Amino acid sequence: MLEVKDLYVEVDGQAILKGLNLTIKAGEVHAIMGPNGAGKSTLSAVIAGKDGYEVTQGSITFEGKDVLEMEVEERAQAGLLLGFQYPVEIPGVKNIYLLKAALNAQRTARGEEEIPAPEFMKLVKDKLGDMKMDASFLQRAVNEGFSGGEKKRNEILQMLVLQPKLAMLDEIDSGLDIDAMKVVADGVNSLRAEDRGILLVTHYQRLLDYIVPDRVHVLVDGRIARSGDAELAKQLEARGYDWVVEESAA
Amino acid sequence: MATEEMEQLVRRDYKEGFVTDIESDTLPPGLDENTIAFISNKKGEPEWMLEWRLDAYRQWLKMTPPSWAHLDYPPIDYQAISYFSAPKRPEDRPQSLDEVDPKLLETYEKLGIPLHERAALAGVAVDAVFDSVSVTTTFKEKLAEAGVIFCSISEAIRDYPELIKQYLGTVVPVADNYFAALNSAVFTDGSFVFVPEGVTCPMELSTYFRINAANTGQFERTLIICESRAQVSYLEGCTAPQRDENQLHAAVVELVALDDAYIKYSTVQNWYPGDEDGKGGIYNFVTKRGDCRGARSRISWTQVETGSAITWKYPSCVLRGKDSIGEFYSVAVTNGRQQADTGTKMIHIGEGTRSYIVSKGISAGRSNQSYRGLVKIGPRAKGARNFTQCDSLLIGDQCGAHTFPYQEIGNSTATIEHEATTSKIGEDQLFYCQSRGITEEDAVSMIVNGFCKDVFQELPMEFAVEAEALLSVTLEGAVG
Repeated sequence: MLEVKDLYVEVDGQAILKGLNLTIKAGEVHAIMGPNGAGKSTLSAVIAGKDGYEVTQGSITFEGKDVLEMEVEERAQAGLLLGFQYPVEIPGVKNIYLLKAALNAQRTARGEEEIPAPEFMKLVKDKLGDMKMDASFLQRAVNEGFSGGEKKRNEILQMLVLQPKLAMLDEIDSGLDIDAMKVVADGVNSLRAEDRGILLVTHYQRLLDYIVPDRVHVLVDGRIARSGDAELAKQLEARGYDWVVEESAA
Repeated sequence: MATEEMEQLVRRDYKEGFVTDIESDTLPPGLDENTIAFISNKKGEPEWMLEWRLDAYRQWLKMTPPSWAHLDYPPIDYQAISYFSAPKRPEDRPQSLDEVDPKLLETYEKLGIPLHERAALAGVAVDAVFDSVSVTTTFKEKLAEAGVIFCSISEAIRDYPELIKQYLGTVVPVADNYFAALNSAVFTDGSFVFVPEGVTCPMELSTYFRINAANTGQFERTLIICESRAQVSYLEGCTAPQRDENQLHAAVVELVALDDAYIKYSTVQNWYPGDEDGKGGIYNFVTKRGDCRGARSRISWTQVETGSAITWKYPSCVLRGKDSIGEFYSVAVTNGRQQADTGTKMIHIGEGTRSYIVSKGISAGRSNQSYRGLVKIGPRAKGARNFTQCDSLLIGDQCGAHTFPYQEIGNSTATIEHEATTSKIGEDQLFYCQSRGITEEDAVSMIVNGFCKDVFQELPMEFAVEAEALLSVTLEGAVG
């Protein structure tokens, strides 16, 4: 469903991605790993359409459509959804209001009716339970005063409600204690489906103990230096990134 | 997002911009004692009222316009303004809506004013001011039953001279400031509300002002009195048609609250702000002041200001009565080349008086906005308290926000708190919303409404909905 071909990306004139190739098929979970500064977060940000990233070469297609030609909201409406490493606070805007606006924007874009309020409430309450979140979360302002763990759970909650075709999760494990990570991992695992792709960006292998990926890619200096199955992540855990870096330099 | 994109999208058309073609009985431009005599005569006023006006005029002649505000506009030629204009109708007033000029009704229709049965359904009495004359007043009977007087100020001068003599100009003296003096001399109409002792006004009172005839200054005069234990909620909303000449508006609003009385005054203001170069917008120089004359009285100002080329407006409270309360909740939005210098004054005179100020300023485009607030605690205001929160939100990088808080503390038992923040509408916030599939405009509107929530929740329900919609329209394309 997602095809990234020979992607070159610059930020402030500095090359970050240098010829990255990646294919994700429906039903697959891919993990992007790599040392700090390798460009892991850049990849998901470019796919989502964040400002400030200049694609100088290459292409990104999603279900045959040219992603780079699409507005940010169009990408989300097409089913590409990014879970943030640092979710943004929006004072005064209730969580539930954002959820509903997002869901209805996506439904409207697909030519569907807006969701009836009772159906929406039921959907949200179910998913809240899955994420072990209290209903009071819905009435709080988006991410305002949330702990790190609450913010991450909230990102997954949005995924569960919005049901994207490709879920991209940027360092969703950062700053989580082990209990919170389990909840988040359970949420992500419940997203796994035949018709859905998942892209995990993570620095640490430990998340992958809970979410076992189909493919693991090691990003070094702006391109994928090595790909493998879940076993590769375990090797990285044992040996660190240096050997991949050295091999790719050789 | 790039600045040029913002630039491009900040441009918006004024949605309420249309001119109704109604023949006006308009006085030629110019101002002297004859002009004032003409207005007074046209209104069928008693002699003492004319004298009152002339006294104001003579004082005005000796005054100079204020220059301390953070505003930039060319000098106003007061001789180039026409001071009277009324829809041409020979028989004074239509007796029912059927008799009202259909074009006028059409205009209200376009503005979405609920004047017909909609007004009845909404339970709102509408005293509609078109140009300078009240055209129709509804629900008078129901109000009369409760003993509430709600009529045009001209009627009040004729029918309730004693109340007018007792209260007019006692909150805002004729020579209070340049614009108030001018208003006192030439005011043409406005509203009068009197709620007698112990009565809670059975409905929300509402007035829609609209400026129409070209080159006509508008000088509204509003006086609201709540006797002991009386309560009223008054709504004021304004829009104006698009035109090329600057229009001066210098209204005066006076509120008087006696013991245990409560007056809630809400404004949604959406006057023509001018084109993208700032040409043709309304100049809005308003004096609004509430006098908490009685013990435990309370006056609350809530305003949503989105229009006008220039706004000079400081709804204030004089807290005279023991334990009286003054409140000011404001959202001001400026876009394009709008300039706004607005805020409040809380004058604590009585013991145990309290005031709350929540001001939210949103600047977009090349607009400039200042919050100017005075908290004054007098020597006898023992245990007085003030809380001020003043937040500014900037959209784009060519607008400005300024805060000028003044505090004069006359005794050591007072408690003053002041909080202020300035933030830029975060590109991160926008990206976050958009990456959930929400369009940029909806995202801006959502973020801005969130920012204003503290104030909107003070508005009466139907006004709150209107205000949110208005904000969206005003900021349409503010970000690109």
